[in-house]
Amino acid sequence: MSKKVLLVVPSTIIARGLEQIFNDLGEFEVSGILSDLSGSGETQVRTMDVDVIIVDPSVFDYASRPYVRNNLASLTSAAVLALESSPWDEESLKQYDGVISLYDAPTTVIRKVRSALEGHSENSRSEGEELSQREKEILICVAKGMLNKEIADLYNLSIYTVITHRKNITRKTGIKTVAGLTVYALLNNLIDINSVE
Amino acid sequence: MTSSTERHLLSASMKMADLMNLNFNLLGVLTRMGLPFGFGEETVAETCGKHGIHAETFLLLCSVYAFDGYLPPKDLLLKADLRDIVKYLRLSHSYYMDVALKELAASLETLIEPCDARRRKIIWQFFAQYKDELSKHFEYEEKVVFPHVEAVLNHHAGREFSIGEYEENHSNVEEKLEDLKNLVMKYLPAECSQQLIYKALFYIFTLEIDLEKHTLIEDNILVPIVNRLESHE
Repeated sequence: MSKKVLLVVPSTIIARGLEQIFNDLGEFEVSGILSDLSGSGETQVRTMDVDVIIVDPSVFDYASRPYVRNNLASLTSAAVLALESSPWDEESLKQYDGVISLYDAPTTVIRKVRSALEGHSENSRSEGEELSQREKEILICVAKGMLNKEIADLYNLSIYTVITHRKNITRKTGIKTVAGLTVYALLNNLIDINSVE
Repeated sequence: MTSSTERHLLSASMKMADLMNLNFNLLGVLTRMGLPFGFGEETVAETCGKHGIHAETFLLLCSVYAFDGYLPPKDLLLKADLRDIVKYLRLSHSYYMDVALKELAASLETLIEPCDARRRKIIWQFFAQYKDELSKHFEYEEKVVFPHVEAVLNHHAGREFSIGEYEENHSNVEEKLEDLKNLVMKYLPAECSQQLIYKALFYIFTLEIDLEKHTLIEDNILVPIVNRLESHE
């Protein structure tokens, strides 16, 4: 079965071109095209079960561009590639699992998507949807009311890593607030009620 | 997506019964506006006229509930009656606090009865927190925002508050309700009754959709109208 690709590309010409390439070469198929991520777009990203997202960074405003990958990670577990429709700074492109250029040959596009998917699944897919041991540890700290900095110090992690874990916890459980996570931890016997009072 | 033809789909000459059959969420708009059932074959204009409600404004509120992603066109905003909008928002607040949340509370209470005491306590605390936040949010709107809107209408608004600040303050109380939904749906212990989980979820989903639309009315109708009036002061 071919892998599903979602395009988030404002240009219809480019979107149709990519769709054609995937059609011609098999292996991947375009299962959705969005022109931006505003409004219902985000919901669609969350609910569509795709393996790969190809996004033109120009759909994000300048300020949010550096955090795009993280924001998308909270919505989906798909691999995310950037489509370099105009030159972007290298730093902001590093967050993606791959970068496709407008001038890439069709076979290069396929190769890049394939390798992004492989690299991505080694990183995150393998852990599944249950909370990992580390995520549980961090969840317990959050439920007890610890701050990110305190959690980072306790486990010798960077704050950035703690934030990523917290985002993954929220993505998996669907629970966003600290109070909600506390209830979750208690219902799942991760903490004792005395430790939160 | 809402197409431009859909925007004007609702008209004051359509039968009230046809309007209500379009989407059952509109029943809430009808009752909160103080429009009674038993309208027989009356048109929207007729029923609204009888009860002193501006029909176009009523339809504007209905459109938000009936069409996802609805953005009111400028000409309809210009025609809308701000007093009716504020009236509707106030009555909605009472409905959420006095009816919707009470129903949800009662269903939640019976639902978690079989749980052990500590679980009952933490779930109940969480719900109480949510209720409290929502009520504070409404209180702020009723004590600060709506009086300001009324002052703008009467041309004696002070300079100490503008609707723009309200937009910034418009905190999201939705997250906690969404958490409650996921907790009830995904993580309640097996001793809870399936039928009662279903019932509680039904109330949560209904309230969630209703509050979402309520926020859209505030952001996309109330704020732009008041903004325009403020700049004309």
